[in-house]
Amino acid sequence: MKLSRNTFFYFAGAVFFFALVKAMQFSGMLTPYWQLVLDQALIIVIGALGLSIIYGFTGQFSLGHAAFYGLGAYTAGALDKVYGNGNMLFFFLSLLTGAAVAGLVALLIGLPILRLRSDYLGIATLGFGIIVRVGMENGNKLFPVLGGATGMSGTPQVAHFDLIFILTLIVILLVRNFIFSTYGRACTSIREDEIAADVMGIDTTRYKVMAFVLGCALAGLAGGIYAHRYPFLHPASFDFLKSFDFLLIVVLGGLGSMTGTIVTAVGWVFLLEVLRVVLGQNFIDWRGVIYALILVVSIIVRPQGLFSGKELRLLIPDHLKMLTGKEHTHAGSGN
Amino acid sequence: MEHFLEQVLNGLQLGLMYALIALGYTMVYGVVQLINFAHGDVFMVGAFLGYFGFAVWGLPLPVAILTAMVACALLGVIIERVAYRPLRYAPKIAALISAIGVSLFLEYFSSLKFVFGPNYRVVPRPFPEVHWNIAGLSVSNIQVIVFVVVLFMLILLQILIYRTKTGMAMRTVAVDHNAARLMGVNVDTTISITFAIGSAFAALGGVLYAIAYPQIHPFMGIMPGLKAFTAAVLGGIGIIPGAVLGALIMGQVETLTSAYISSQMRDAIAFAILILVLLFRPTGLLGRTETEKV
Repeated sequence: MKLSRNTFFYFAGAVFFFALVKAMQFSGMLTPYWQLVLDQALIIVIGALGLSIIYGFTGQFSLGHAAFYGLGAYTAGALDKVYGNGNMLFFFLSLLTGAAVAGLVALLIGLPILRLRSDYLGIATLGFGIIVRVGMENGNKLFPVLGGATGMSGTPQVAHFDLIFILTLIVILLVRNFIFSTYGRACTSIREDEIAADVMGIDTTRYKVMAFVLGCALAGLAGGIYAHRYPFLHPASFDFLKSFDFLLIVVLGGLGSMTGTIVTAVGWVFLLEVLRVVLGQNFIDWRGVIYALILVVSIIVRPQGLFSGKELRLLIPDHLKMLTGKEHTHAGSGN
Repeated sequence: MEHFLEQVLNGLQLGLMYALIALGYTMVYGVVQLINFAHGDVFMVGAFLGYFGFAVWGLPLPVAILTAMVACALLGVIIERVAYRPLRYAPKIAALISAIGVSLFLEYFSSLKFVFGPNYRVVPRPFPEVHWNIAGLSVSNIQVIVFVVVLFMLILLQILIYRTKTGMAMRTVAVDHNAARLMGVNVDTTISITFAIGSAFAALGGVLYAIAYPQIHPFMGIMPGLKAFTAAVLGGIGIIPGAVLGALIMGQVETLTSAYISSQMRDAIAFAILILVLLFRPTGLLGRTETEKV
């Protein structure tokens, strides 16, 4: 197999980053705390890329992304808690099942509600997220292993940086290949103008559902990894405020840009932790205030997002280089 | 049967309070097509100011309510001026993110110790609660006050929107900003007025809420805000009677579910109904089906 030039640079960059993190681990610069933050950032990257497909590229406004993240977390976590024992095979099987369950639920809910448009779709998905949260809080009545409103613990903590990093690399490649395939083009055309896309012969419902299912499955995958890295799952970690987190990562990164989503996801997770360290014990109450101000100021300064419609070269397949000019994926008007 | 009717009355009280909040959502959505996520937090600020007014500063209740309403109207105008106006002609999602930011700001800023503080506060009743027995039904004076006040405000709003120049300007801006400007309407002022009225209504809702369910904290606005917004969507967002209808339905659904099914299922059933209604009427109960222009 001939590795194309950009894919080569992509892997070279990944190896370099991996080596850097390893060096920091061995030199002791990367404390377990910051390692946890880094892992969290990668998990959020995977989940946010899912929403990037749904909203950034296909233009379907979802305010319920965290519900699918939670579905994946609870499914994978509970399966591995009951059947696992730290066995790697079960770990991967539980991750896949978590993603599959999130994807399946997305298919069932997506088929009817993706007919709704913009804000109405947003509020319907938000409502769905709240229903899922009520389900999580009461899930222990059917399956005591889920823990209900008091949260669930006991999932084998087998996910570590190496594994999460490799999974993130695979997901980025997967999303890249999807976005730059005919499927991805169809999705982008729906974002730009659904009626025009329909007229051009694109089965809009099919592609909207496809993007929704794929994006939600990625959220489920991210959730599954989260369950194996953080020993305690609680319904409050997956409510609509978490959905807002995913949304603002995708929007601040710039709609229609994987690069933007990845950079913002990492930056956002680190920002929250850096604020915690910088403010110290005396000013920790100000963390939320400063965070909110940063959010408002950055969206006013750059309403189109950090990387709106632009990608790093190494995230674009070689044969599509001619598309990297100006006419390529300009950000949508956001529903 | 009496139990059922009492639950309906409780639902009516809750629904009327949701209506006060939902009106702000729907009016703002009407003029700027923005889901103002900070609206629930303006409601929270209103509840706190009302509490400080009558319980801490010792103002008479009507004065405390008016103070809260005026202060929140001002807050609403400032929020619009600072956080939404610069984004008015940017992609809609930018203003929505800004609204989420403002909402978080209000919540966390209110939690600071020198503002409202992070703790729950118990609100003392400004007047003793009295229960009357009317035809076998127990009716409290709080329910009567909520009913009368909200009804009065709804009539006032109806007159404002359909019988005054300002109301006409608001209706014009809701249709088209540019056309309104060509007709000599000051769009910026009209939008500010809309935010002011909506926020004042939310503040009134907040004070009434604090009197009826006497416990307040800086994050109390999230759920009622969300429910009221859902009510506005249920009725057809941007349509004022729709907001009231949606709010009354939400109030009944919530109260009856708590009473007869399970209080934990309350939110799930309310939102399931929303999704079902949207599936059959994608623009809400009273919403107009818009013809898609190519």
